[in-house]
Amino acid sequence: MSNIEQFKNRNVSEEYFLVDIEDYPTDGWGKFKRVVKRTFQGELFVGLWVVLREMIKFDIHTVQYPKEKMPIGPRYRAVHEMKRLWESGTERCIGCGLCEKICISDCIRMETKIDENSRKEVSEYSINLGRCIFCGYCAEVCPELAITHGGRYENASEQRAHFVMYEDMLTPIDMLKAGQQQEFEGFGAITPHEDERVKKTPLAY
Amino acid sequence: MDMAYLIETVVKIVVIMLIFSALAGLGTYFERKVLAFMQRRLGPMSVGPYGLLQVAADGIKLFTKEDIIPQNVVAPIFKFAPVITAATAFMAAAAIPFWPQFTVLGYTVHPIVADTEIGLLYVLAVMAIGLYGLLLGGMASANKFSLISAARTAAIFISYEVVTGLSLLAPIMIVGSLSLIDFNNYQAGGVSHWLVWTQPVAFILFWIAAFAETGRTPFHLIANDHEIIDGFGTEYSGMRWGLFFIGEYANMFFISFVIALVFLGGFGDGGLGGALALIAKVSFFFFFFLWTRAAWPDVRPDQLMWLCWKVLMPLAVVNVVVTGLVMMF
Repeated sequence: MSNIEQFKNRNVSEEYFLVDIEDYPTDGWGKFKRVVKRTFQGELFVGLWVVLREMIKFDIHTVQYPKEKMPIGPRYRAVHEMKRLWESGTERCIGCGLCEKICISDCIRMETKIDENSRKEVSEYSINLGRCIFCGYCAEVCPELAITHGGRYENASEQRAHFVMYEDMLTPIDMLKAGQQQEFEGFGAITPHEDERVKKTPLAY
Repeated sequence: MDMAYLIETVVKIVVIMLIFSALAGLGTYFERKVLAFMQRRLGPMSVGPYGLLQVAADGIKLFTKEDIIPQNVVAPIFKFAPVITAATAFMAAAAIPFWPQFTVLGYTVHPIVADTEIGLLYVLAVMAIGLYGLLLGGMASANKFSLISAARTAAIFISYEVVTGLSLLAPIMIVGSLSLIDFNNYQAGGVSHWLVWTQPVAFILFWIAAFAETGRTPFHLIANDHEIIDGFGTEYSGMRWGLFFIGEYANMFFISFVIALVFLGGFGDGGLGGALALIAKVSFFFFFFLWTRAAWPDVRPDQLMWLCWKVLMPLAVVNVVVTGLVMMF
């Protein structure tokens, strides 16, 4: 139990100190002294040096977005993806209708029928991304991991009809054959490079 | 007045207009780049190599934007106000020598439009008239925030005219002339002859006042960014607003020239080195305008007034008196 002692220190850094704040001067002479002190303290030049230093260091943090993109976490909930079965290449969706039922913004719609082999077949499946709030319930409720969320967040379009294109969401068959279908890592998956980003929590609970 | 003189003057005016209109545009590019680098950003990058053509894109946008005259504005004054700002900014350039005189094909060119005996007074006076553009624009806008901003601008400009005038009075007493060429020739002996060594207080005071006269950041109260709107220019759009902008940036360049010419020796003895030194000095002062914008916060209007009337003006008066006493004895 001695190990817990190190977490009882609630300061992130040992360098914290209380700032010494003087009382405001009340008489004219005190105010004059404060003005003179502030004038010749050179604090303005500290500010100038700080920004010049950053300019010289040239440590640019800009991400030039259309050309460069930040890595996105596996848990990110962007445009849906419809997966295929690895072995046969057919769609994973079994038409159970759970996603349609649970969708709180009513944007999933599917039509099913019994095909010639007496199996349930999905004849129409659409997600209106213009209405979708990307809550993730559909992916969570899917028993087959057929509908998941992907990382494709650029879904601006000129036409609303583009927001319901099932073909865009379904893994293309050639990508599947090339083994490029991204498997859903599951809820609670860890973002890449997460270890480097972990910081000590300021408060130990 | 002979024909050659007339043609020469017109050519000089056109050249100065073109160069400084382009520089005003490039000035916005440099400002955005410098501010971006100081804030660890990249600034404009998309249009052209390193965003260099951003200036052209902005120009096209300003020129083709719809020219909106809002309801209830005093239309003639509203339309005319930006012209005052831009025109006075360029008129001030008439008495500024931008380059030492040089000879082309046996013809000596004086790169100054009019070397009048009252050069410095003329520059200050015309720059002061520029206030009317902002003031009238704000007053004619039928927008109370524009009106408040215009009133604040007028108060600050008039206050700081006092500091500019008084701080320049001491160097004028020493040199004994108002022509900027005389100022330059007085300091032609080299760095040790610069007026900044004999008049450091005047130099600092004029530099501070230059920020108020051009409305740059520590004193950027003409278009107070904290109010989210653009001060007097709120109701303006397109090229009318662009004229205000060109005026502001041209003013920054011209006041940088004045500081360099009056206090830092100008172009020295008139050689090529001196001319390039003048460009370097002006570039530094222009860079400093951008630098302070990245580093310093704005001051409150009442603090600005306090600084002007209770600190800078008494200092300027004391400086003039001391200079006078030293010259007398």
